[in-house]
Order: sequence, then structure tokens, then C-alpha cells
Amino acid sequence: MSAAAPYVEVDGLRRVFDVSKPWLNRMIERAPRQTLKAVDGVAFSIARGETFALVGESGSGKSTVARMVVGLLPPSGGEVRITGISMTDPRQAAARRRLRARIQMIFQDPYASMNPRWRVGAIVAEPIRAFDLIQGEAAIRARVGALLELVGLHPDDARKYPHAFSGGQRQRIAIARALASEAEFLVGDEPTSALDVSVQAQILNLMRDLQDRLGLTYLFISHNLAVVRHMATRVGVMYLGRLVEVGGGREIFVQPRHPYTRMLLDAVPDLAHIGRSRVPVAGEIPNPIDPPPGCTFNPRCPLANARCRSEVPELRNGVACHAAEEGRLPA
Amino acid sequence: MSEPILSVRDLRVAFETRRGSLPAIDGVSFDIGRGEILGVVGESGAGKSVTGSAVIGLLDPPGRIVGGEIRLGGERIDTLPPERMRRVRGRRIGMIFQDPLTSLDPLYRVGEQIVETIRTHTDLSARAARTRAIDLLAEVGIPAPERRIDGYPHEFSGGMRQRVVIALALAAEPELIIADEPTTALDVSVQAQVITLLKRLCREHGTAVMLVTHDMGVIAEAADRVAVMYSGRIAEIGPVEAVVRNPRHPYAVGLMGAIPTLTQGSGRLAQIPGAMPRLTAIPPGCAFHPRCPKVFGRCRVDRPEPIRTDAAPARTGSDPASSSPSAVACHLYDPDAADRPAPAGGEPPVAFHAEPLQVR
Repeated sequence: MSAAAPYVEVDGLRRVFDVSKPWLNRMIERAPRQTLKAVDGVAFSIARGETFALVGESGSGKSTVARMVVGLLPPSGGEVRITGISMTDPRQAAARRRLRARIQMIFQDPYASMNPRWRVGAIVAEPIRAFDLIQGEAAIRARVGALLELVGLHPDDARKYPHAFSGGQRQRIAIARALASEAEFLVGDEPTSALDVSVQAQILNLMRDLQDRLGLTYLFISHNLAVVRHMATRVGVMYLGRLVEVGGGREIFVQPRHPYTRMLLDAVPDLAHIGRSRVPVAGEIPNPIDPPPGCTFNPRCPLANARCRSEVPELRNGVACHAAEEGRLPA
Repeated sequence: MSEPILSVRDLRVAFETRRGSLPAIDGVSFDIGRGEILGVVGESGAGKSVTGSAVIGLLDPPGRIVGGEIRLGGERIDTLPPERMRRVRGRRIGMIFQDPLTSLDPLYRVGEQIVETIRTHTDLSARAARTRAIDLLAEVGIPAPERRIDGYPHEFSGGMRQRVVIALALAAEPELIIADEPTTALDVSVQAQVITLLKRLCREHGTAVMLVTHDMGVIAEAADRVAVMYSGRIAEIGPVEAVVRNPRHPYAVGLMGAIPTLTQGSGRLAQIPGAMPRLTAIPPGCAFHPRCPKVFGRCRVDRPEPIRTDAAPARTGSDPASSSPSAVACHLYDPDAADRPAPAGGEPPVAFHAEPLQVR
């Protein structure tokens, strides 16, 4: 693998869920099969040491992408390659097994992502044992203690159970567990959404410090645009299973191009907007089982024309929008 | 100065447990004027929702009011018998909760639920109540209300359901609305719609609103004044602009710095070390003192009382903010405290340093 190759490459990624009624109902009601395209042709790449963030509202498919990238969910189409190794190709199974240890995930709910009957020491040591990385109990204990210190906890905390910790401390334990297998790529699916703001700040700062020290690569999933602004080097905006805009963290926020990105940024309540009054964008995300034809954003888009209602826009130069391509975007 | 709609004085709420009485709310005072939105912010466990529940008389046992008083339009409501309080709820105080699905009965059409509320609290006929229900749905921005009124809650999207809940809260034209995290379950674009709606209704009807949320962005955009709560007490209260731009209480300073915003770049966030104390272990003196970078001797023993910080306390007129002054509960602002570390002025005396990760 050359140094210039991206760490993660995602190409034409698709995922279809079957949401049909049970067989008997379909027979009686003569209802056809129904499918939901949760992710439809998503492509992006993440460079080593970078934080790539996916933002979008609920139902946009961002978590589904994250689960496919780490291999928790098989894609219906397309490919994920990490350090050049395909996550789906059966011929690369052996290489993939070695890679697995270096990919870890941090989940949203720190209360649900840990076994309440295991001591913290066992939780953090689990990846070490699963991948057989260190031999000998004393060596494992020392490594767990070092990991707990790394995330700002005390080595003695290894003897306690998860219930003794607050949400923020549990998220630190989850990060320690993720790093236990010497992971270099962390996928965080809303890692701070369940936390209070002052604790969120602690975890976000910790994640950035660890990235600086260990050279980690992050895929960061969030619905909170301000958190993404704070964390991401590059950002992908998703809407109904498609990437509508990709760009550098600054560009997306300072000069958004896609009408949906603009709407989203305009809608976020922000400390800088004290007492502002405005005309919010009408409408909500359509039902993904029956998305509108053409550009899926066209029913809510102020710039939509006949082409937008019939033809799906391709992602070109970082934006998937006919209006942007035709130069119809207002400044 | 006009009479405030809601006046809470020295409210104290305790939860009786086997380990003793836990003070969830400990001496909270505030007013809300006509047409005013008071935002109540705080992190989980600060007591913001409990304050709302106490006002509407819906504290879950073992929680109960152990002190202070709550007045609605001058009349004391915390001592009303349950039967009379039941008539105040819905009629004079409307409620909006976080999850619109749990506020609506899934087995009844939304129109039936609104008509029932209207007829419980007014003497309108069934026909007139239905017309009023359609008007209400139109007012909260539900398209084709004459058709949608016969829909069931599951036929509405999340944002539309929250609009129905707002219509329900408005049904009896209450003087006060308690909105507990009304936008937390909604996506940002829908959240913006609901905030705009709430602000417009408050202005047009002159309803007082107590907006309880953990989202400072929502408060900044919607509220006229804001109360920052910590460990069952109000740390700082004042006009939203002053509290957000120029917070005084060290907790408020840390809180504002910890919130990532869209406009600022991607530097380090200020962080407050530690977490809010549990109810079983609230420290003596100022509850914030173990986390406070400006702590001095007195903070550890003496509980700070709210100190007025507005320049002209006797201002009169229609300005709703004047019905209650700005105040901060911190010894740093007590002119009588001889041993405080820095002089208290208009500038926040506190700076939180972003400490680099300790390598051991």
C-alpha cells in the first residue's frame, strides 16, 4: 500500500432492507414486496489521521454506513476497502482478520454497550484476549491500567463494575476498550449524543488528544452540526441514503453549496443567534420506502425545477445538485 | 410593574428515600411575565424538569414540595387540593412534553382529544368545540386541518404530532405553558419549525412560557430570559443575551465555553472537570465549589445567595425582563466578601483553561 492511498475507501455502497409485510399478509392483501434503500450509492474516502464526519437527520442512512464500514452489516452492493483490503471479498479473509483488530467502534449509549456483570478490567481486556495480543495475566492487567490512565481514569477503576461510573466515564471506558486492540481506525456513532454538554466537551477533547498522540483515523457520525464543525477535517452530508455534499470541514460550514446543507445549517439553533426570528424551511424528510423521484430533496428545495423532479443528480465536485451544476445557486 | 403570571418563591422539593430526604430543588425563585419565555437550562439532574413538574402539581412520589410557594396570577397554587389543581391544569397551565406520542392517546382521533380538552375546560357545544379544534390545528400549522382532525396520532409525523400537542396545550387558552424539552425528539429542521411556532403563539396570545431544555441553542433562539440551574439551585438568571454572551457564574462560564458552535472554529472546548454531584452527596457551601476554578475559603462553607447584578433594579415599564432582575448566586460577586480572589465587575472573572492530556 502506498503512503498516498486513502486509509478507507468506500465505493458505490448500497444497503437495501426488506420491509415487506409477512408472507401470509402479502398473499391475503395481494401486497407486493417492499424494500427500503437505506444507503444508495455512497462513495467517499478517508485519509490516514483524518476525521471524516457524516451528518444528516434521522433516517438519512449515516449509521447504516458506519455499520457497513466496520463490517457489522453486509452491504447489498458496493465495496469498503480499508488499507486496500476489501471488507467483503472472501479471497482476502485472512488479511481481513488481521485488520479487524485495528478497527473499533464507539457506540452512542454507554449504558447499553457494556456488560453490567463484567468488571471494567475484563471489559477493557476483552479485545486483548479476543485477538490474543498479550500473554500473561500480569501483562494484560498492566496494559489495562495504562489504557485507563490514557483516557483519564485510574488503574484501580479496573476492579469496579460499570454501574459505578457516570455516562461520561463509561464513554471513556468504551474508548479505552476500543484502543485496547491497538486500533488505528475508530468509528464513533453519535459517541457524545447521550452526554451532557460539559461532559461532551471532555469526551470530544479526549478524542482529539488521542488522535494527536496516536495518529488515529476517525469516522464520526453525528446529527449535531456544531459537534461536527468542531471535530471534522472533512464532512459528508447525507439525505435519504445519498451523499448530497462532501467537502472540507471549513468549506461545508462557511460556503455550503447544496440547498439541503444550507437549510440544515440555517435551522440549527446556535448561541450566536440570540432571539433571531426567521422563516424555517417547510416540510420533513419523506418516507424512505417511497422516496420522491429525481433528487430526493426536490419537494423541499426552493430551487427545484423539472429536471430535479425526474433526474437523480450525481455527486460531482463534491455536490450532488442540478442547480449547483447549472450555476443556479444563489450566492 | 405588571404582576407576573407565574411567581415561584424559595421553592424546595425533596425526595423521601430510605437514605433520608434528598433535596432535588433547594430554594429556587423566579418570575415569568405575560408573553415572556423563560428558558430553564441545566444538565441532567440539575432539577429543571422537577421544577416544571412542581409548578403543574405533577411531582412523582416520593417527590414533594417541602417549602416555598408558587403563585399563578397572584393566586397560590401549590397548596390547592388535588381536585382544584386538576382544574387549573389544562385550563390555566398548558403542558408540552418531550415525546409527543406519549402525550396523545393512540386509540383516539386527534380531533376527539382536542374537543375533549376544550369541552372539559369551557362550556362550548360539541359542534363549536370541533370548529375551535380545526382553528387550533390551522393555527399550529397543520395543513388541511378539516381533514387531518379525523386522523389518528400514528398517521402524523413526529413534527406534526408535536404541533398537535401544542394545539392541545393551547386548547383552553392557558396563561402559562410549561414546555419540557419540546424539541429534543425532533430533527433540526423540524425543531426550528416548532421553536418558531412556539415563539409566535407566545407573542400573539400573551402566554407565559417556561421552556425547559438542555439545549442552550434552543434557549438562545427562543427565550427572553434564562435561568441556569445546577444541583437544584439557580446559579444565574438574567436576560438571555447577557447570560449567553457575558455569563458571570463560573458554572455558566464553563457551560457556555463547553458548547461547540457553528461559528467558532475547531479549537479545544473549555471543559469543566468532574460531573454534577449526586443528590446524596451535594457538597456543603456552594454546590459547584469542587469543580470551580475560582473557589476560595468561603465557598466551601457558606451557601451563596442570589445577588442582584442589574444596574437599575427599579426599572418600570412594559419590558418583561424588568419583572425579574438578573441575579447570580456566587460569592465572587458579593461586595462584602473581603477574601474573594478577584474583583467582580461586568467581565467574567473566570477563565477555563484547556488542559493538555496528562501523560503519566
